[in-house]
Amino acid sequence: MLRTPLNAEHEKLGASFTDFGGWSMPVRYGSDLDEHHQVRQSAGVFDISHMAEIRIKGPEAASYLDYALVSKLSEVEVSRAKYTLICNEQGGAIDDLIVYRMAEDEFLIVANAANRHAVVVALVERQEAFSDVEVLDESDDWALIALQGPKSQGVLEALSAKDLSQAKYYSILTAQIQGVEVLLARTGYTGEDGFEIFVPEEHAGTIWRLLVDQPEVEPSGLAARDTLRLEAGMPLYGHELNLDVTPFEANLGKVIRFDKGGFVGREALEAQSGLTPEFRLYGLRGEGKRAARADYEMFLPGGDEPIGQVTSGALSPTLGYPIAMAFLDGKLELEIGSQLEADVRGTRISFEVVKLPFYKRGR
Amino acid sequence: MANPDHLQYTKEHEWVLIDGDTATIGITRYAADALGEIVYVDLPKVGSSTSHMKICGEIESTKSVGELYAPMDGEVIEANTSLDAAPDTVNADPFGEGWLIKIRYTSLPELLSAAEYDAFTGE
Repeated sequence: MLRTPLNAEHEKLGASFTDFGGWSMPVRYGSDLDEHHQVRQSAGVFDISHMAEIRIKGPEAASYLDYALVSKLSEVEVSRAKYTLICNEQGGAIDDLIVYRMAEDEFLIVANAANRHAVVVALVERQEAFSDVEVLDESDDWALIALQGPKSQGVLEALSAKDLSQAKYYSILTAQIQGVEVLLARTGYTGEDGFEIFVPEEHAGTIWRLLVDQPEVEPSGLAARDTLRLEAGMPLYGHELNLDVTPFEANLGKVIRFDKGGFVGREALEAQSGLTPEFRLYGLRGEGKRAARADYEMFLPGGDEPIGQVTSGALSPTLGYPIAMAFLDGKLELEIGSQLEADVRGTRISFEVVKLPFYKRGR
Repeated sequence: MANPDHLQYTKEHEWVLIDGDTATIGITRYAADALGEIVYVDLPKVGSSTSHMKICGEIESTKSVGELYAPMDGEVIEANTSLDAAPDTVNADPFGEGWLIKIRYTSLPELLSAAEYDAFTGE
């Protein structure tokens, strides 16, 4: 089992651990519901050092990424970021990524831990046609710490002595915290304002302890991270995304840009773009308190034939009712308000199609 | 994390308190901690019958679902309805206020002592 540089810190804080993509990660420190509410109301800090950091460097970096990924990275401004996908030739998602433009000729990609190898292999393969670009897997050099919640900006301003009021959503900048040079990215996976902090691996403990010691901040585990991202309608690779899921099925067709040159997966994706997808990802709201969880089958009211499966589901801590995302038959073209049923371990529970995301923070 | 001596236990991580012909059932702290914060408890109806090792209820946390196995044959005579509004009581006080059901039992299987249950959970 792999361990992040912060493993000893989690042990000290009394965390329970879970296996996540081969990594031993803190699932909760105390109550996962408290950790969830902490992020919505104040700030929570997450160790996400298991995630992969891959640097792309060289004069051809931008045109290379336009070829390797489905979005148009060449038009992303320096210090800005983009959420995108890396697809295979069939249009299936190898991973979802955040790509930060560090300089004209330099990008930093953050990929999911479990997909690190697949993403690096695909990026290296796609490099062949480009003479002047480097693909550097820096995952072991970085600790990644997410500070999420409405108090995040204030906390980081105090610690870095930097005005972050002008730091835009999906931007990245450098800062000093206790003499350690870090990267502050205004990105996250919770539906709240917040930052993802790239810390050189050897300084991870220093920055982590400093954050945990702030009165506004509590450590938060993967259980809270999962309910937070679900409320925010964000996909989790392995649930809403996988190699057999096309971006259109996952409601991510908008990240694909056909107004650029060739890119891996283009032919397959272009062919799919006009068609009704086999499945479509929907948001669902349930009655009562019982959650429909991943892989539970969905039905039309009274129906015998399943129309699809839940991909993620939980009793929403913020909203108080069950929420779920599900892949449902694309031909049905269900509308908001459509009534459905979930088979919750033998009992039919009513669910209604609702708009995603389930939760949107106030601005 | 002591398991109280006056209770008996099952390998399904339930505790049993015998009082005459009545058994009060709950889950152990070990089980509650493993589940995480409990958000929903589905208990059998009063008057329903239970059979040894048959599933008679469910305990859901945000991350998982735990099944409640009836530790013995009998009839449910009371269910802890206060858990509908405050299911996390099971986490806060699993051996007390977080009890689940009371069964009027017709037979008793072999149960574990606190020391045996400690050994079973490796504590």
